[in-house]
Amino acid sequence: MTQALDQIFVLTKQWLLGFVPASAQPICSAILSVVPVLIGFPLLFAITTWLERKGLGRLQNRYGPNRTGPYGLFQPIADAIKSLTKEDIVPLTADHTVHFLAPVLLAAASFLGYAVLPIGRNMVLVNMNAGVLYFFAVGSVVELAVFMAGWSSRSKYSLLGAMRAIAQMISYEVPLVLASIVAIMQAGSLSTVAIVDKQAGYTGIWPHWFVFTPWGVVGFALFMIAATAESNRSPFDLPEGESEIIAGYYIEYSGFKFALFFLGEYLGMFATSGMAITLFLGGWSAPFSFLTWIPSYVWFFAKLLALIAGFIWIRGTLPRLRMDQLMSLAWEFILPMALLNMLDAGIWHFMPAGVLRWLVCTAIVAVPCVLLGQGLKRNKKFQVRTYQFAK
Amino acid sequence: MVGEGILKGLVETARNFFGSYVGKDRLTTVQYPEERLPQIEAARSFPFLVYDGPDWDKGMRCVACQICEKECPPKCILIKKSADKKPDAVGKPQFYPAVFNIDISVCMSCQICVEVCPFDAIKMDVDYDLSTDDRFGDLLLDKERLAKSNEYYNAIHPTEAAAVDAHFAEERAKAEAKAKAATEAKAAAEAKVAPAAQEQPVGGETQ
Repeated sequence: MTQALDQIFVLTKQWLLGFVPASAQPICSAILSVVPVLIGFPLLFAITTWLERKGLGRLQNRYGPNRTGPYGLFQPIADAIKSLTKEDIVPLTADHTVHFLAPVLLAAASFLGYAVLPIGRNMVLVNMNAGVLYFFAVGSVVELAVFMAGWSSRSKYSLLGAMRAIAQMISYEVPLVLASIVAIMQAGSLSTVAIVDKQAGYTGIWPHWFVFTPWGVVGFALFMIAATAESNRSPFDLPEGESEIIAGYYIEYSGFKFALFFLGEYLGMFATSGMAITLFLGGWSAPFSFLTWIPSYVWFFAKLLALIAGFIWIRGTLPRLRMDQLMSLAWEFILPMALLNMLDAGIWHFMPAGVLRWLVCTAIVAVPCVLLGQGLKRNKKFQVRTYQFAK
Repeated sequence: MVGEGILKGLVETARNFFGSYVGKDRLTTVQYPEERLPQIEAARSFPFLVYDGPDWDKGMRCVACQICEKECPPKCILIKKSADKKPDAVGKPQFYPAVFNIDISVCMSCQICVEVCPFDAIKMDVDYDLSTDDRFGDLLLDKERLAKSNEYYNAIHPTEAAAVDAHFAEERAKAEAKAKAATEAKAAAEAKVAPAAQEQPVGGETQ
């Protein structure tokens, strides 16, 4: 029974495939796998916009949306109708083709990453043996879409926004990949399915998640920081800083194209969160051995929602970084920590299991973390700023 | 320790999050159409015309002197004077506005019309639920929609209205006294005239 509930989607798909002729089965199989992802994650996006607005409201002692439907639940529908009926303005001097293609490419590229995410036991679109590599490769297409948007609008603001976005995304792509390498090292495979399988066992009631190791927790933290920056979310939302460059690279977009940018951004956030779950939080596996009767996909989405809640919490708490702070954080703190963490994972692998291994590996990451933090602080001179033209 | 400040901030926002569900005093939002903040007495939105008595058309204080129309900086008032006269608040026969329109989409709520009105006929309203889906028709208020009773004025601006009412009572008393004196003098004169015909001149006419 538990087994059947866990595999209900897989079994349903196989049952449906039984009705089509053998020659059409591969294409039907692909469609049956892809369509739920194409529907499910945008639906999750709609729910997340509501959750985010409600959550941010409560974090700031406000109610949040509460007018459309019970608890404002129909707010995403209202937003969708609004963005669909709004006028689609294209600047006269814009490159129309590229201007149109940019949001489409962004949304499409954001969807591509889901191909290798195992959202449940036996529930992965493609079990690629270079899955993680593929994920980061298609993730970087987003940068191209961002630059297309900034360039084709022919506005200095959107171009500046695009430059900032590209600088930020490329800077954080490096620590993002380096932070994920530890999980690949430990699993000995680039396949996302193999990485999850490696974490699916239990010692007593405790799972073998990579996050429960010194290098795993550091890797997870670094990955999440880099993922926040990668998805342009607060506190790393400089590319769309309202007070500085209005809306960044999509300033010249309106109506549904603007909504597509939003969709792409959230889908990217879900995808990187899903990758973080796959690499460090045990993918679809249950947190305790006695909870394995709950279907695997439920665990995946529970973890995903928990990470989204974390993103919202961070967004409601932290102010935006300055450009130089952003860069110094990436290159002076996260990058060295990620490199050290790789060394740490290697030492963990070759040391015999025991208390000593824990102590050594914790010291290797904790001491440099404190030192680097102090080093970052030491260079900061706090003083009253004077502005030449404001006197 | 690195990240200490971030943790402090996270704790603070978490406290906001859970606290806003527990204690209502954290939520400062006033749920507007259902709840409203009490207005201060000096609140003002757009002008209205005051009338006395039960009938808005008869009791209107405005005498169509057109001072407010001339003073209005954005020129949002239109007044057309009547051809005939009718008694005003004090009892004197006066002109009245045949047309009195205020375009509140133009009005800037400066209150100059109120300050220049010598008849206390135009005052500032406090109503602000004025949004409408008819941009031109519903925002151009005519005489009937502008007319509001003196009781309403007393309710929204009690202190100011009491002063105006006292002033009117005084004026009315003066006018009555004058009328009384006039009738008395007339009666006295007539009384004098009747018995002693044409012996004494008619006197006591004050002003």
